[in-house]
Amino acid sequence: MSVEAREKRQPWILLSPALTAITLLLFIPLLFIFVYSFWLRTATGADEIGFYLDNWREALTDAFYRDILLHTFKVAAITTVVCAMMGYPAAYFIARSKGNKPLLLLMLMLPFWISYIIRTMSWINILGVSGALNTFLLWIGVINEPIQMLYNEATVILGLVHFLLPFMVLNVFVSVDGIDETLEDAANSLGATRWQAFVQVTLPLSLPGLAAGGLLCFVLGAGTYITPLVLGGTSDAMFANLVFEAIITQLNWPLGSALSLMLLVVLGALVMIYNRYLGMAQLMKGLG
Amino acid sequence: MTRKMDNTTRYERLRERYMNGDIDRRGFLGLIGAAGLAYGVQTPFAKYAHAAANEVRFDGWGGVVSEAFRKYAFDPYTAKTGIKVVDGTFGDGDEYLSRVKAGQPGEFNIAHLSGVFDYARYQNLGLNSVLNEANIPNLEFVIPKLNDVFRKVSDGTLSCVPYDYGTTGIAYNRKYISDEEVREKGARILLDEAYKGKIGGWTDWRTRVWYGALQTGQDPNNATDMDAVWDAIRTHRDLLLKYWGSGAELMSLLAEEEIYLTEGWSGRIYALQEQGHDIGYMDPPSSFAWQECIYVMKGSPMEPCEELLNFMLAPATSIAVAEGQNYPPALDPTKVDLGAKIPTLPAFDPTGTLEQLTFADPGYWNGNEAEWSKTFGRVQKGY
Repeated sequence: MSVEAREKRQPWILLSPALTAITLLLFIPLLFIFVYSFWLRTATGADEIGFYLDNWREALTDAFYRDILLHTFKVAAITTVVCAMMGYPAAYFIARSKGNKPLLLLMLMLPFWISYIIRTMSWINILGVSGALNTFLLWIGVINEPIQMLYNEATVILGLVHFLLPFMVLNVFVSVDGIDETLEDAANSLGATRWQAFVQVTLPLSLPGLAAGGLLCFVLGAGTYITPLVLGGTSDAMFANLVFEAIITQLNWPLGSALSLMLLVVLGALVMIYNRYLGMAQLMKGLG
Repeated sequence: MTRKMDNTTRYERLRERYMNGDIDRRGFLGLIGAAGLAYGVQTPFAKYAHAAANEVRFDGWGGVVSEAFRKYAFDPYTAKTGIKVVDGTFGDGDEYLSRVKAGQPGEFNIAHLSGVFDYARYQNLGLNSVLNEANIPNLEFVIPKLNDVFRKVSDGTLSCVPYDYGTTGIAYNRKYISDEEVREKGARILLDEAYKGKIGGWTDWRTRVWYGALQTGQDPNNATDMDAVWDAIRTHRDLLLKYWGSGAELMSLLAEEEIYLTEGWSGRIYALQEQGHDIGYMDPPSSFAWQECIYVMKGSPMEPCEELLNFMLAPATSIAVAEGQNYPPALDPTKVDLGAKIPTLPAFDPTGTLEQLTFADPGYWNGNEAEWSKTFGRVQKGY
């Protein structure tokens, strides 16, 4: 075998374990889900094998699914904006801090050591009627009786921000950390105030990181079902909850498959748009 | 001396051939890969076959119930038979059925299922076994009515043994709501505007439709005006703080006083009372009664499973489990002395006839399952 041919094969050989894993664990299950979406659930709960478009027709034309999808995107968008507003200053502070950067990054990663479900449930002990916040407010005399703070859209967004904020901070941090600090000094020396130097130099250069963090927060937020289940009220269900209900409660795997593919396609389209205008390289840096 | 031809020997010989140059690298790696693939494909299925005679898998609700099963049934059973009981848990019956449906025949053996409609669902999906009742002599202690209900679904045979029963009645915080008020208003107290934001409800479509029927004065096993039922469910939803999804969440919401009023499972409310919470419990007329069973899946090793069921039905085991989970056992109180605690449990019937309890008609409920579960999914979300 020639050296050239060997060099051509080498990347594929090195990639083969990852490609095999992705094929077996992602593409083949997705193919099963795709095939399943054309089957039908019979009245007894058994699946009828065949090629039926009923599930897709229902998923695409029923206003119920459209409304919940829009509600899901609204919650994910608000969460993303809140994460950006809270995450940017924190990431900027970490990137520009001298000496204690590793410690601050470690503190940022600490929440990942605790289960996401436990972190979500911890809000019940904080915001509940007999939780820490109500107990404190009662104790200092600000309120006479507990305030009902849980089980609404605000607590769902709070839970999502709690979960997603580190993803935003990490992406923005990577971006800001890579910007040469002397650029701000140069802007200052040319007469710009510190604020002008930030707005006209640092912020534009860090936008790819902000966009990558925003994409991650939005996609992860739109696909969540635990947070609305634990912290949401009667009308706070998100699209992933519908998939769960169809598959688990109603045992309607074909409809659940169609719904999950629908969510995947919509979120996949968003990623494609992001890739078209900003490229995936920044996202990879943030994840790395 | 002949060396035993095990997998290690095979790999060693293959490697030797490669090192000697008898096969090229591509051939060597190909054979190793093929062996790995064959092992990977074969292993997940083969383990059930190998396990069949050595172990039985049991899935239940976890917590004190599993502890009681382990202590009084599984450990003595393993000591006597040498067959290990692998003890798994599930959050709710729907989730478990999904796992069984996704599993391989023989992967799941025995489960602690709820309701006759669950029994019927497993039958409809072809997951049923047929028990040899001669191998379960303790079946004679079971209340006959509980067995008969299952037999009707499976043409006179049994795929399970009845194990316990209970009710889903009204639970209320006595600090805010009196016994008299609950008695007077019955199921309609769950629609009382005065408790808006302090009412809870189980996110189970059957319970919602059952209570919707009671609140509109209809027979829960034969509601004729479903529009009125859905309207009642919507009214209830609008007064609700939260739909709860598990017994632990029900207990937490009541104990933390997030809610004052909900329908609840009799055993869980009794547990709250035992913990010192002043929570009342009342079954309105035609309250939702249900029975649980120990179900054996198709493809399971039948004789070991039947022997385990017999262990579980032994009065000492049944009573210990019942005292642990606070639901009366399926044992007939006219045949077995149930001790001091069980007669104090909610829903307990000292006559053993269960005439006072209203159970779900499986044909009626399963016939409407597809439509009503879907409709409730929408109503629950504000539609």
